[in-house]
Amino acid sequence: MTQNGNTHAVEIRDMNVYYGDKLAVDSISLPIAARKITAFIGPSGCGKSTVLRSINRMNDLIPGARVQGEVTFRNQNLYGDNIDPVEVRRRIGMVFQKPNPFPKSIYDNVAYGPRLLGLSKKEALDEIVETSLRQAALWDEVKSDLKKSGLALSGGQQQRLCIARTLAVEPEVILMDEPCSALDPIATQKIEELMRELSTQYTIVIVTHNMQQALRTSDYTAFYSIRKALEEDGKENRWGVLVEFGPTQALFSDPTQQETADYISGRFG
Amino acid sequence: MGEVQTRLPADEAFRKQLAARNSAAVRWQGFFLGAIVAGMILLIVLLLSIINEAVGLVALKENIPVADIADRPLEELAAPDLAIILQNNLSKGRLQALFIQEILDPDIDRSRLGSDPVHVFLPENSYNPVLGDKTFVDLSPDELAALLAANVSVDRLRDLVYTDVVGLEILESWPLLTSLFNRAAIDQEIVDKQQGIGLPSSYTQQQIDDIKAKYGVARVEWRSWLNRDFLTGSMSATPADAGIRGAITGTLWVIAITLSVAVPLGIGAAIYLEEYANPNAPINRIIETNIRNLAGVPSIIYGLLGLAIFARVLEYLTSGRIFGVEGTNGRTTLTAGLTLALLILPVIIINAQEAIRAVPSSIREASYGLGATKWQTIWRQVLPAALPGILTGIILSLSRAVGETAPLVVVGAAVFLAKDPNGPFTAFTTLPIQIYNWAAMPQDQFRDAAAAGIVVLLLILLALNMTAIIIRQRFSRRLQG
Ligand SMILES: Nc1ncnc2c1ncn2[C@@H]1O[C@H](COP(=O)(O)OP(=O)(O)OP(=O)(O)O)[C@@H](O)[C@H]1O
Ligand SMILES: [Mg+2]
Repeated sequence: MTQNGNTHAVEIRDMNVYYGDKLAVDSISLPIAARKITAFIGPSGCGKSTVLRSINRMNDLIPGARVQGEVTFRNQNLYGDNIDPVEVRRRIGMVFQKPNPFPKSIYDNVAYGPRLLGLSKKEALDEIVETSLRQAALWDEVKSDLKKSGLALSGGQQQRLCIARTLAVEPEVILMDEPCSALDPIATQKIEELMRELSTQYTIVIVTHNMQQALRTSDYTAFYSIRKALEEDGKENRWGVLVEFGPTQALFSDPTQQETADYISGRFG
Repeated sequence: MGEVQTRLPADEAFRKQLAARNSAAVRWQGFFLGAIVAGMILLIVLLLSIINEAVGLVALKENIPVADIADRPLEELAAPDLAIILQNNLSKGRLQALFIQEILDPDIDRSRLGSDPVHVFLPENSYNPVLGDKTFVDLSPDELAALLAANVSVDRLRDLVYTDVVGLEILESWPLLTSLFNRAAIDQEIVDKQQGIGLPSSYTQQQIDDIKAKYGVARVEWRSWLNRDFLTGSMSATPADAGIRGAITGTLWVIAITLSVAVPLGIGAAIYLEEYANPNAPINRIIETNIRNLAGVPSIIYGLLGLAIFARVLEYLTSGRIFGVEGTNGRTTLTAGLTLALLILPVIIINAQEAIRAVPSSIREASYGLGATKWQTIWRQVLPAALPGILTGIILSLSRAVGETAPLVVVGAAVFLAKDPNGPFTAFTTLPIQIYNWAAMPQDQFRDAAAAGIVVLLLILLALNMTAIIIRQRFSRRLQG
């Protein structure tokens, strides 16, 4: 499916996610284009992270989280019976909001994924570490001291280390949950450039609160919002829905929904 | 602020209140400092009082002065000379007893000593100057002495001369402080006793004469109860010869068994409870609550449990019979180690659980996100990150286990051991038990031996804890980068 540039790497169909009994997102359907950047935007709590995490089954780690519906990847439903989440995560990598390098050396951080897959030859690992760090535009800054702890890097460097670590297992899709929210503008710019570069080879999904960032980097944008309902006992129920999805330029310049227009122009709550 | 209506204290009131807040902070700080100082003082007093007992002046007497049996100091004599001193001063029966004690296997079948030739009993590679097929009972004192000279080390022979011939006897001992600051009174006391002055008027003439005779040859000298002979000596009924070697090896064996059982089981249980067990299942909640309660159960109850299960029910295993060991019962080092393992298991589990729970979820997520399996995540990320905390639990429980007496008395620690505990299937004793036994002895001098034993116990604890702390530091440093 990923062979020619315009087909979909992942397709979400009619997906509901629950935390316990509580509905978190309601009937999300969304294609994710291969080798493009798709941005998720929307107000806090609308379920962007929830949708993102259901793409590589990270929600399995949350006790009580349930996913209904389909997420198709390589013609297979990722929530089908014979799917091992370990394989899903190996193909669909993830970069988190807060840089989270392992308390190990830079080298060991990047070599972690390949080692999980059983690689142990030094030359092979050396090569993977170097190419991954180069791809993540970190090589020149750290090549002299790969033994240094990953935690001794600056926040922006740590985030690029996390990206390098993800690239090292050669995933097809990379999910990024607000990867720049803890970074200064210069580090942010570096990561954005990096994403553009990576999008020639990888399918990228990014969650961001920064409209400019979505506009600058992404090819497609999905806008989520919150729906509320009062229950009989007076409690308020909130869940997330996908309001609008389309090519980024079109969505920002000419949104079809009023809610989208309000949000991107900053008139939202 | 000016016009804005506020419920919070205004400038003047705020400053007054701030002064009060600051002085409260100072008072608390003073209290905390006081707590530390008080703790340190108590600790120092404790150490000093132990040292006070363990070092000091003693009045000792020799039954036969060294000068009467040798023309040179014993330290300069060779093995045959020392053996001859033994031969000249001891009865044949005593020489035979020494021969059995020093050369033969303690488990030997004594009924055969009268019938079989002596060379069949000698351990392999031992030097045998006896010709022919003489039996043990036929050996002459000459031959016994020659065997001793040939097969016992010079140091040991010299010890035997000191204990069996010279007969060093400690008549009295004084604590360090008295020894340092009241030497004159001590000397005066000895002189008085030599002359029979100042004794209670109820003493008979016979008793007075005894004391005069005893103290007539007594001399006062410095003695540290913590000396080489004490560390390497075996148990003895006389305080001057009492040694602690058996208790040290016993403690090390018991602790080795305890740790090798409790550490893997404890960490394993903690991993299961934290990572695999469903925290909402009632059965797991019950298990967790119970582990927490078990950590507070008095240790003697573990002793009763160990006695019932390890010493009795599992005697076939703990006595070593299952491995072909003979002549032992269930009251072995293994039983003691297993009992202490039970005792410290809850503490290790709880600490390991806390440590595992404290590993940031971001590390786990990162690992899973790269396609790690659950076990890979636990083994490569969770355990290394939790290790410092796990080791803290091990250190705490180790200290507890090393100092434990009650449960070991219950499972049957030996009061007197002819042979050191040297494996899982031997009768055992440990340092605290030895110390307790000494402290309960009628002779005052055993109290000094007990103090020296406490010093050894503290040093061993310190060494074990230092090792664990160094390991922990190294891991923490690796984690912080
Ligand atoms: N682990 C969890 N357990 C229970 N409820 C959760 C959990 N994670 C998220 N939720 C709920 O799901 C809803 C969506 O959360 P989510 O984190 O996906 O929002 P988001 O759009 O990523 O918000 P933000 O922009 O603040 O990151 C929220 O109402 C939240 O309370
Ligand atoms: Mg989020």
